[in-house]
Amino acid sequence: MATLFRDARLIDPEAGEERRGDLLVQDGRIADGPVPEDAEVIDCGGLCLAPGIVDLGVKVGEPGARHKESFRSAGRAAAAGGVTTIVTRADTDPPIDTPETLEFVARRAASESPVRVLPMAALTKRLAGREMTEIGFLSDAGAVAFGDGLRVVEDTRVLSRALTYARSCGALVVSHVQDPGLSRGAVATSGKFASLRGLPAASPMAERMALDRDIALLEMTGARLHVDQITTARSLPALERAKRGGLDITAGVSVHHLTLNEFDVGDYRTFFKLTPPLRAEDDRMAAVEALASGLIDVLCSMHEPQDEESKRLPFEAAASGAVGLQTLLPAALRLVHAGHLDLPALFRALSTNPARRLGLECGRLTTGAPADLVLFDPDRPFVLDRFTLKSKSLNTPFDGARMEGVVTGTWVAGDRVHHA
Amino acid sequence: MLRQSHLLGIEPLAPAEIGALLDLADRYADLNRSGRGHLDVLTGLTQINMFFENSTRTQASFELAGKRLGADVMSMAMAQSSVKKGETLIDTALTLNAMRPDLLVVRHGQSGAVDLLAQKVTDCAVLNAGDGRHEHPTQALLDALTIRRRKGRLHRLSVAICGDIAHSRVARSNILLLGKMENRVRLVGPPTLIPAGAGDLGVEVYHDMREGLRDVDVVMMLRLQKERMDGGFIPSEREYYHRYGLDAEKLACARDDAIVMHPGPMNRGVEIDGTLADDIHRSVIGTQVEMGVAVRMAAMDLLARNLRAARGARVVEV
Repeated sequence: MATLFRDARLIDPEAGEERRGDLLVQDGRIADGPVPEDAEVIDCGGLCLAPGIVDLGVKVGEPGARHKESFRSAGRAAAAGGVTTIVTRADTDPPIDTPETLEFVARRAASESPVRVLPMAALTKRLAGREMTEIGFLSDAGAVAFGDGLRVVEDTRVLSRALTYARSCGALVVSHVQDPGLSRGAVATSGKFASLRGLPAASPMAERMALDRDIALLEMTGARLHVDQITTARSLPALERAKRGGLDITAGVSVHHLTLNEFDVGDYRTFFKLTPPLRAEDDRMAAVEALASGLIDVLCSMHEPQDEESKRLPFEAAASGAVGLQTLLPAALRLVHAGHLDLPALFRALSTNPARRLGLECGRLTTGAPADLVLFDPDRPFVLDRFTLKSKSLNTPFDGARMEGVVTGTWVAGDRVHHA
Repeated sequence: MLRQSHLLGIEPLAPAEIGALLDLADRYADLNRSGRGHLDVLTGLTQINMFFENSTRTQASFELAGKRLGADVMSMAMAQSSVKKGETLIDTALTLNAMRPDLLVVRHGQSGAVDLLAQKVTDCAVLNAGDGRHEHPTQALLDALTIRRRKGRLHRLSVAICGDIAHSRVARSNILLLGKMENRVRLVGPPTLIPAGAGDLGVEVYHDMREGLRDVDVVMMLRLQKERMDGGFIPSEREYYHRYGLDAEKLACARDDAIVMHPGPMNRGVEIDGTLADDIHRSVIGTQVEMGVAVRMAAMDLLARNLRAARGARVVEV
């Protein structure tokens, strides 16, 4: 079975270039050589064809909160957003901290989701930060990385042991960097805006402090670490030094922190309540530049479905997080349209880097790579209506926003999973 | 005279609106002093006071203001009610809509909660009686009226707001109001009780109280909000009193005719010396309470006018 994508604007993040041409897919992989007679031809009409997005750190409500998001709804939202691999977080209820729960999740995901789902496992049992999980068994069962979601392992001794042990298994640890003391109870970034709104706030330094701690532990243990979200200017020099010093560290950032700032909260709009909280404009710009320069490696959605009830509360009491699987690409394209980076650089952060960090074959347009592809028109404008989203939860901060970039097709292993 | 249908904060008010509201409140203050009894400005209207946070003086002040204007006043102590049974604020709003109140006075412990409630109620004017650390507009207005009556003006004055500014909604509303009316505002307190980004609010920040009080016209003390502190903002109450408590010696740094204000309830011997609080030549704390009733009468009067105008504009279907 072969498919020929004809006349596409091929976005090749590995080569760092784009070119007009054809792409052949055979037996679910990108192929080279003569086009078979019976190949299905898809006329791309000059639209962009890029490696499918690998979204690292997605929260799905299974187990525990299927009413917020199931593997089916998350998978459909992902397909509609050009995301071909969802890497799920382990902070579910119960958390994914045993091989048995991991297998349950993997089985559910495989039968329900049209896109690939790769689960992360918890780093500590019950996310309690006291004992490490069975990192070896969980790796064997298919956990692609280990992390406690948005919980910080406060006890440095526990974390250092978990990192040391993870290293021996070759496992990647994903950590959330917020100093727990400074950020306790905070729902905003400290500054004039939070003060005027009277919201409990934490200094952006809380992120730097936790990052510094993790870097020191990394130096001590030699483990592999991915920091889920770097959102402040003050963290960047520390990250840069750690990378230059040869530590095995990468960092991500959510698209919300690159396209929104603290003022978007306005009059207590809870759909803009995120973890970490939205930052000052200077921090946003610094993070955008860091993504463009490659200092921040991974761009993700930090998809966090919340139902209406948990958001229709006073700001402090409201749940945190935003859905993002379906809006990740159009939101990220704002950065391209604003001239901050080009399409190959964008897809390096969306697809190639997360795939490479997790040791996946996808995320490339090279011959032999899995045919996980997204076809999109980067310039087509639309106004987002949250009720058109395929997620079960509709808590997007982009409701009513003008966006550019429409996904017209998504393929996983050569099979079409989305058609628009 | 008010452009909006609710009084949620000082932030959306224009200086002219503040001036007009204070003018009306001024007349109500005189009327209250004349002891002429009740008026019929709010006759036929229902006022519900909903205090999700305990309050004695503000609730009493709103009750009295409503009654003096002829409204049917009801107070609901929400702190011990359905909220305990898990009812959300939105459901409370829906319940209220069914009861059809005209004026709703709300205090809530969380910033922004009164805004949220105001978005969900229909055909009813909402007055913010304090939300979290956000705003307490009628307190700032009564402070402004007190200053204006005592100082003869509400512009080009130097005002020091002292103490626990970080936890204070009174401070935020006062900073906004005094700024809008073109006064110089100083914030005086230990750095742990000054909110982040205070320097960007158009105020001067002082950590030394004597320096902060130098030549000011008004000294506004704030209550140390022990119940909002989750530990370790100040080393002890005695050290706080020594460095930031207002006594005659520190007050001597201010202008000779400087007045002393406090929104109450006071912690005598923590943020203010008891004798000073009772000094009728300097302290206007009693006047503040008196002006509170007048300001709330004026605010409810103006909002009721808007409410009636909006209702009059609609076709009545029977």
